[in-house]
Amino acid sequence: MAEPLLRVRDLRTYFYTENGVARAVDGVSFEIGAGETVGLVGESGCGKSVTALSLLRLIRPPGRIEPNSEIHFDGKNLVSVDEGFMRSVRGARISMVFQEPMTALNPVFTIGDQIAEVVCVHHGGSKKEAWDRAVQMLETVGIASPAQRAHEYPHQMSGGMRQRVVIAMALVMNPALVIADEPTTALDVTIQAQILELLRELQQKFGTSILLITHDLGVVAESASRVIVMYGGEIVEEAPVIELFATAHHPYTEGLLNAMPQVGQQRDRLATIPGSVPPPTAWPQGCRFHDRCAYAWERCATEHPPLYQIGAGHVSRCHLAEEPERRAASAEQRSA
Amino acid sequence: MSAPDTRSPLLSVRGLVKHFPIKKGLFGKTSGQVRAVDGVSFDVMAGETLGLVGESGCGKSTTGRMILRLIEPTAGTVEFDGINLVSLDARAMRALRRKIQVIFQDPFSSLNPRMTVGAIVREGLTIHKIAEGAAADARVRQLLDEVGLRAEYMSRYPHEFSGGQRQRIGIARALAVEPTFIVCDEPVSALDVSVQAQVINLMQDLQRDRGLAYLFIAHDLSVVEHIADRVAVMYLGKIVELASSEDLYREPLMPYTQALLSAVPVADPTVKKTRVVLHGDVPSPANPPSGCVFHPRCQHPAKDAACAEIVPPLEEKAPNHWAACIKQTPTGVEWGVQQAAGGTKRPERYLPVLAPTD
Repeated sequence: MAEPLLRVRDLRTYFYTENGVARAVDGVSFEIGAGETVGLVGESGCGKSVTALSLLRLIRPPGRIEPNSEIHFDGKNLVSVDEGFMRSVRGARISMVFQEPMTALNPVFTIGDQIAEVVCVHHGGSKKEAWDRAVQMLETVGIASPAQRAHEYPHQMSGGMRQRVVIAMALVMNPALVIADEPTTALDVTIQAQILELLRELQQKFGTSILLITHDLGVVAESASRVIVMYGGEIVEEAPVIELFATAHHPYTEGLLNAMPQVGQQRDRLATIPGSVPPPTAWPQGCRFHDRCAYAWERCATEHPPLYQIGAGHVSRCHLAEEPERRAASAEQRSA
Repeated sequence: MSAPDTRSPLLSVRGLVKHFPIKKGLFGKTSGQVRAVDGVSFDVMAGETLGLVGESGCGKSTTGRMILRLIEPTAGTVEFDGINLVSLDARAMRALRRKIQVIFQDPFSSLNPRMTVGAIVREGLTIHKIAEGAAADARVRQLLDEVGLRAEYMSRYPHEFSGGQRQRIGIARALAVEPTFIVCDEPVSALDVSVQAQVINLMQDLQRDRGLAYLFIAHDLSVVEHIADRVAVMYLGKIVELASSEDLYREPLMPYTQALLSAVPVADPTVKKTRVVLHGDVPSPANPPSGCVFHPRCQHPAKDAACAEIVPPLEEKAPNHWAACIKQTPTGVEWGVQQAAGGTKRPERYLPVLAPTD
């Protein structure tokens, strides 16, 4: 198999706070192939955004990426390269689309200037060339009359338009990988549909890989080919998208899928996951999900589960992989 | 479905309007109006949940706030139990707030950080002189228990709680004065999926046990389908469709509702759905399009010049299924009238393929 575009090994990002060490990302390993869209899902506080920021080394003290972590990209380990090299990676080879398109843009510069700046920093060349490239990119992301709109400021645009500008900025250097952190969460559903459609089109056009971070399983189902589920700073399940939705293995993934109301599926009552996500300074012993899990037994409270192989490209961090009979028994017990 | 409802509604909203003035210049001369809510009418029956959906800026929250008189309406009436709330003075309104309560979206900013949970829940009991002293304490304990919080939490402060727990505190506060009607303004949209499900289930249990009526304002269509008996869809300050939850999601008639529903991502990667992708953004409510406010973005095949001229009435297109579209048959806006307004295409029933139901 060809070397993947991005290979993350045992990524640990800890925050050394007054309340103790917050192990926000705690031993995460995954790969992204060229041209692939990988969904990264989980609830607030599971570590998905810190994972994204770590890939770009945007972690500030008291946080730090632990020294034995590895992020292999373009033949280099990004954890150990110097800051100057990192600057040449950010925005050019790996770029990021943030959730809030208002705060991701500078309010005092025109959008044309902001996109052109990215070109100038990474590519050099004349201001005129950079400006032309910016206008061309605005057209690519579907902004009408781009030559005029390039002179406008972020506040003159709607949320959906601003997110298009952010995408234009992320793609202007034709990066190999785009990290999209909740790119549609702040948008209305009809605008969300437009933006997701745009991301798909651009991916086909430029062959960019996308790491799509979201809490919305619907968005993942429609956009990603592979899904990684995080809980408690760890990957708890990873599978091809169709397999994950058809046969989720980890009880947390199962819980998420059942808790979500869906259009066209009337149910009397939603399934719930009791309790809430624990703080990263105090992950539970054993399986980090055991105190909220419907299947948990003694082993789960003491023994931290590894990622078990469930099928081709499908792994799950749950002891049920070794004792599958417990799932059926537990379901029977509950229905009785 | 049961026979047509002949009971009188608990809440009856008629022709509700809110125009916000746009002020310009040194002397604040009014240069225009933002038509946030532009003639909205609906009923809510006792014990029922009416969902109010739409995208940002459609006026759904403003409508909710006008019912509570947190915003004064420009025109229209809000009748609750036969009393017109709009004409009440402040004192009478305060007394009536015992019956009408609210749950806000943001569980972080809607609780006073300097008050203990006990004091927050108890405040309504004191104001409305429902209970005091030990009786009030006992009542607060009971309320916390009902919303799934431990009684010890009484002496804690809001910052010590997670988003889901804070929303439970907000619910306990609303329930303290024993209302019959609660305006729920995006009560679960700030919560994670698993916690959201807990709060939705709690709200449904409380409704069943206490016979509460909800006006459930939300932008998440799947949540509304789950919780609402009937759903009203708003666009640019107007209700464009109103039907039972079942009918609206199975066979939406207004082209905007069709597009809105088809835009919802389906959590099933094997489903390839036909999507009506809307182009452009919602127009500014300061300068809404003429005729049908949706016509510039509409995908109905019979759309023509008449749509830009005629304001479509909210008509009963099927039993208890109301929609505002002169091109969706049946319509009371006759063909002759449409032709006179420049119409060239006859109305026809248009039902694009939507999310498959299983």
